[in-house]
Amino acid sequence: MGLLDKHGVIERNATLLLVAGLVTVSIGGIVEIAPLFYLENTIEEVEGMRPYTPLELAGRNIYIREGCYNCHSQMIRPFRDEVERYGHYSLAAESMYDHPFQWGSKRTGPDLARVGDRYSNEWHVQHLKDPQSVVPESIMPSYSFLAKADLGFNNVKDHLVANQRVGVPYTEEMIENAEADLKAQADPNADWEGLEARYPKAVLGDFDGDPSRLTEMDALVAYMQMLGTLVDFSSYDAQANYR
Amino acid sequence: MRNLGWTILLAFGAMLSLLAAGFAQDVLFQTHAWVIFFALALATIYMLRKVDFAGTAAPVDKSGYFDDPIRAGVILTTFWGVVGFLVGVVVALQLAFPQLNIEPYLNFGRLRPLHTSAVIFAFGGTALITSSFYVVQRTTSARLISDGLAQFVFWGYQLFILMAATGYVLGITQGREYAEPEWYVDIWITIVWVGYLILFLGTLFKRKEPHIYVANWFYLAFIFTIAMLHVVNNLAMPVSPFSIKSYSAFAGVQDALTQWWYGHNAVGFFLTAGFLGMMYYFMPKQAERPVYSYRLSIIHFWSLIFMYIWAGPHHLHYTALPDWAQTLGMVFSVMLWMPSWGGMINGLMTLSGAWDKLRTDPIIRMMVIAVAFYGMSTFEGPMMSIKAVNGLSHYTDWTIGHVHSGALGWVGMISFGMVYFLVPRLWGRERLYSLRMVNWHFWLATLGIVVYAAVMWVSGITQGLMWREYDAEGFLVYSFAETVAALKPYYILRAVGGAMYLVGGFVMAYNVYMTIKGKTRNEKPIAVAHVASAQPAE
Amino acid sequence: MDYNAFRHFADSWGLLYLLAIFVFVVLFMFRPGAKKHAQMAAQIPLKDDRSPQGEE
Repeated sequence: MGLLDKHGVIERNATLLLVAGLVTVSIGGIVEIAPLFYLENTIEEVEGMRPYTPLELAGRNIYIREGCYNCHSQMIRPFRDEVERYGHYSLAAESMYDHPFQWGSKRTGPDLARVGDRYSNEWHVQHLKDPQSVVPESIMPSYSFLAKADLGFNNVKDHLVANQRVGVPYTEEMIENAEADLKAQADPNADWEGLEARYPKAVLGDFDGDPSRLTEMDALVAYMQMLGTLVDFSSYDAQANYR
Repeated sequence: MRNLGWTILLAFGAMLSLLAAGFAQDVLFQTHAWVIFFALALATIYMLRKVDFAGTAAPVDKSGYFDDPIRAGVILTTFWGVVGFLVGVVVALQLAFPQLNIEPYLNFGRLRPLHTSAVIFAFGGTALITSSFYVVQRTTSARLISDGLAQFVFWGYQLFILMAATGYVLGITQGREYAEPEWYVDIWITIVWVGYLILFLGTLFKRKEPHIYVANWFYLAFIFTIAMLHVVNNLAMPVSPFSIKSYSAFAGVQDALTQWWYGHNAVGFFLTAGFLGMMYYFMPKQAERPVYSYRLSIIHFWSLIFMYIWAGPHHLHYTALPDWAQTLGMVFSVMLWMPSWGGMINGLMTLSGAWDKLRTDPIIRMMVIAVAFYGMSTFEGPMMSIKAVNGLSHYTDWTIGHVHSGALGWVGMISFGMVYFLVPRLWGRERLYSLRMVNWHFWLATLGIVVYAAVMWVSGITQGLMWREYDAEGFLVYSFAETVAALKPYYILRAVGGAMYLVGGFVMAYNVYMTIKGKTRNEKPIAVAHVASAQPAE
Repeated sequence: MDYNAFRHFADSWGLLYLLAIFVFVVLFMFRPGAKKHAQMAAQIPLKDDRSPQGEE
């Protein structure tokens, strides 16, 4: 008797059922997720990653708002066809400042992880306004309203601070200049010196074809034009970074 | 002064949302605050009319079960089902005919989360809360511990649905699949969920039945695991208390794994464990015989909840997630096949010795096909989690087909069975308005799913193969745009399959409505016809 | 603990431990004497469900 006689203790005790259940469902998560935060080799060391410029961040927020991730991935897998179609396979380091990540799960449209610098600003604007006019087979919706909407990003400093709080290395200088940087990046007449020093490789100049206004289109195109362009692959050693 | 406390709380909530609208930092936050204000103000007015200021109303009879939110839940389950399927057909058509996008509010990118959430959280969630209220009372022989708390949980959840749905159309999203609602909606649902856990556990505590029936185990696992997943996955830093925007506490690869740990277990614990609770109660009930093996159901429980939680990384095969995590996810996903099929067999074998009911009872047939689809998608899932298969299937429509055979086949069908079981009982009707219409619903839905899943297999595999096709010179054969064009016929057919399923939903809604009204359709009984013609004398 | 040690533990003793728990659960459920108990529990949904009963 003894132990076996106490059959069904769990079956009769709701608290015990709760605790045993919680322990059971916690194990998997703890073993899989926790190591990612302390294992040093989760994210490889690369040259060139930097936080988003204020304008890119605004564009990224529009990308999220419009649900682009529902159809576009930002994660190139290490297959021959994907690498030939989209470019070098994606590295963990390339999304290290992405809160949240936007790897996506479906390619109704092509992967965008390295779309930056592949097309002109004019192409992007035309494509977003009327996708079928540049790609007749496309089933993408039109986003022409972006060109008409002024970029409402008046609390840009708060956005940088919030990112800083979750670990993005925005400096005090970046936060101080956030508003000015936001406007300067899309303004062909601005002085870009400080902006370029703070955010190397930032794409500068008017994006939406209307230099007089800062629109949501400016922000989104600025974001897309930097996607996948930051890492310096000439100095990247794949073998040393195998995980 | 019954209801007064809740009325004051509602009015207070309405005032808070008015303040939030006033202090809003962005237009979207303001709009959303107004939506919440109007919802709460309307609820306040409604409640105010029910407050018994004179104190003359008869005291509530608390000797029976508390079924008010269950009745509302059955109606709303039906309603959200039809809404979710309808939006599904709309987004399916948008993929075939992009002209159907109406920017900015009704673009695919905003409507797709509306569709997934309407089906998973509005339809599925309401079905789960409703059925759990029913099952926990009946299997413990105890009334829910608090009428007020039960109403709070039920209507609080509906408010969450309203906030989430309006948020998507407005463009308020965290950009995490199946966890799109922003931080303040997440906080609200957390409060509601804690209430749900207290209500459910409390009712288990005061039960009169010594044993806790296994259906309640599954419901309980669903409640506490979803709580854990939701809280961890939605940890985020809001830009300000008066802004919609927040930034996830995690970044990149950690964020991806956290999200898919959540995402996969939303499938495992919301769409599987919860609905298994439903199966373990309503199937024996409708079949009028106990579950095939009670002991198997307990092994099913522990192995399912243990293994599911590891399977998340199979959503991230060949990505920048470390290889060891991918392998672990794959191994557990494949192992998961076993408990899943154990549960399927247990469900199906409940009918052993009573297989004739399949011919005579369309409701049990609905439940059986649900379990069959459960078996099918829990076989397909582990297969797709094998890295070699996933290399082809990932990013394609195959995944979409897989999800739908689970959601339409398993979740949908078992919920329809639950609705058909409950409606006559809750409203004290002798039987449903029409059993023949249940039969129609069954065939429309089943054929709809078959069309949908088959088309998505072909489409997904076509897509995957075209992406990786090389010609003799070693060049990629197809541009991406060509692969999109190739899929158009499949997208049209998929919408046809979805539309059949939607029509089935309308048939159910009509049947439920007429049953509640107390009508019965004058029709030839299904049972007699078959007994007379098809069954030999025994 | 460094990653490799963790990994070694997970695919040796950790694995064995979890397997032992699983085997125990299965044996425990199918031990002699559990059948009657399980059959009683399986009858719960089929009891009268019209109102909470003090006793049956």
